[in-house]
This record gives sequence, structure tokens and C-alpha cells, in this order.
Amino acid sequence: MEAHPEYLLRIGDTALVLAQQLSKWVGDAPTLEEELAMANISLDLLGQATLTLDLAAMRLDNDRFADADALAFQRDANEYRNALLAERPNGDFAQTMVRQFLYAAFAKLQWGTLIESSDAELSGIAEKAVKEVTYHLQHTASWVIRLGAGTAESKRRSEHAINELWPFVGELFSVDEVDRDAAENDVAPPAESLRNEWLSIVDEVFTQASLETPTLDIYMQSGGKTGHHTEALGFILAEMQFLQRAYPKAVW
Amino acid sequence: MSGDSETEPWPLWEVFVRARRGLSHVHVGSVHAVDAQMALHNARDLYTRRSEGESLWVVPSTAVVASEPSDKQSLFEPADSKAYRHPTFYTVPDGVKGM
Repeated sequence: MEAHPEYLLRIGDTALVLAQQLSKWVGDAPTLEEELAMANISLDLLGQATLTLDLAAMRLDNDRFADADALAFQRDANEYRNALLAERPNGDFAQTMVRQFLYAAFAKLQWGTLIESSDAELSGIAEKAVKEVTYHLQHTASWVIRLGAGTAESKRRSEHAINELWPFVGELFSVDEVDRDAAENDVAPPAESLRNEWLSIVDEVFTQASLETPTLDIYMQSGGKTGHHTEALGFILAEMQFLQRAYPKAVW
Repeated sequence: MSGDSETEPWPLWEVFVRARRGLSHVHVGSVHAVDAQMALHNARDLYTRRSEGESLWVVPSTAVVASEPSDKQSLFEPADSKAYRHPTFYTVPDGVKGM
């Protein structure tokens, strides 16, 4: 069974927006080593986005979107399907690491289930992606622990980051028509089923970091998966798309 | 980067990588890191981006003891003129690996 393009766009767009966000740290990271680490993570995500969006473009069968590049550069914010968490601002280093950690824990579980997908191509992408995300999770978890259990300042910034980002994690596990459709066709189990395991991964790391895990029982922001985005995405896309829109098909 | 604590430079670590078909770890450079786990991750991020290898060693630079350049003559030159120490008169039999 093939995954519906809408389902693929959600995965690809989330990876793409995060890749773009992380790339903004190049030249600005606290250390040279961390700069390489974040750039590597960004490139891994960009690779996952390219594969997933190429697959989506093929199945969309729409002249506007021949490939991943067209999808990336020719869509406006209301056509993007990324989770809202991805478009939250980078903020300080703690906020970037906490955001990436929360996403990486989810992505590792999601790609893990997609290895068993009835969609052969998606399963192939998952086999590669899960290895990359395993490392992202180790790296970001390590930072969350160091920052949370570090100085008074790093702890304060970590707590602030968690408070800022927590209202956006619920959307990762939301289920709608597209997700139910994917579950019925054995493409992927509903994301809801990943919530408990995700929470235990997050809780374990937060505990080691001397940080409190908030309750998931709050009002959660949503809408990203259906094209209702915050103003943050507009700025991210403007920067990302400007060159291609001004000089169509430009290459290095 | 203001804060209550002084920012000390992070310790330096030497990085060694063993290639997939290699027999020994080779020195490739150094990284700064706070502790061993971070050093390993940083080394992975900086020195294995292009499939350089599949095993990493990181060693605190302070653990490395180096010979003095001024001792070069007495340490290494005497070996130059001792041909009898080289196994050049021995033929390696076919099928012997790793020589």
C-alpha cells in the first residue's frame, strides 16, 4: 500500500523546516565542534526531507511539483504540512537543543514503526533515517542533561525552553483522517500509539537533567499538519525560498 | 556569553580513527570537549563525516608523552646503519596475511 502524499508531506516538511532552522546556527554556534554537530544534524534532516518529498512529488502527480525542490521552494506557508514544533524559533542554545530533543525522540519512534510500513519506499527511507535520528537523540539528550544539571543559568534557560515548547508537542501525536487512513492501510500505526513511549524517553532524560516533566494534559497547539501555521513559518520560508524564487532553477 | 562562572577552555583530546579495512587507529586531529563522552561525539562529528572509519579512540592530549625533537639524533639515527635488523632475507610464504 502506498502512503498518501499528505502523509509524506507532514514528515518531509517537518524535517525540512528543522533543517533550515538548524542551518541558521552555522557561524554562530558556541563551539566549532557543536557547529559541525548541528550542521551534520541539519544535513541528515535535509536528506530525509529530500527523499520523502521526492516520493510525495512523484505521487502527487501535479505539474507544479515535479520534485522535492519544487515542493520546497514553490509552496507558501499554507501549503506546508510540518508540525508546529519545527517552526518554533531557535531561541538560545538550550531552546534549540530541547526542541531538537523532543522531536528526535518522536522521530526515532516514528521512523522505527515506518521500517515495517506496507509502503516499500517509505520503509526504505525509514531504514536509513532511523540510524541518523538515533544519533540525533543521543546528542541532544546529552546536551539537555548537561544544560539542565549544569549551572543555575543553564537550568533556567532549559526550563524556559521546555515551557515554551511543551504546548507544541501534543500535535506530534494527534490523529486525523490522513493518519487513520495510513493506519488502515498498514502504512503506519497512529502516532497516538507512540505517546507513552515518547513520554518515558523524555521523562528519563529530564530526570537525569534535574528538570521537571510537565503534564501532557494541557491545551495543545495544532494546525501545522493541515496548513495552519504560526507567523514564524512565513519568515523561515521567505529566507529559504527567496533565492530560488528570484533566480528560478539557479544552481551552484 | 555572560554568566556566574568563569569560562575555562575545554580540555583538548587527540582523535584516532581506524578505517573499515584498516588494521590500526591513525591520528587524524584533535577536538575540544568537556569529558570523554562529549569528546567521542565531537570526534564522530568532525572526523568521520566522509566515512573515514568505523572505530574511534579519543585520548586526553595531556596523556600523550612525546619524544624531544632535540633527542632525534640519539634516539633514531643509530638504527639507520643496521641492515641486519631488517627481515629482508626472509620470503613470506603465500597465504600469510597481514604482512
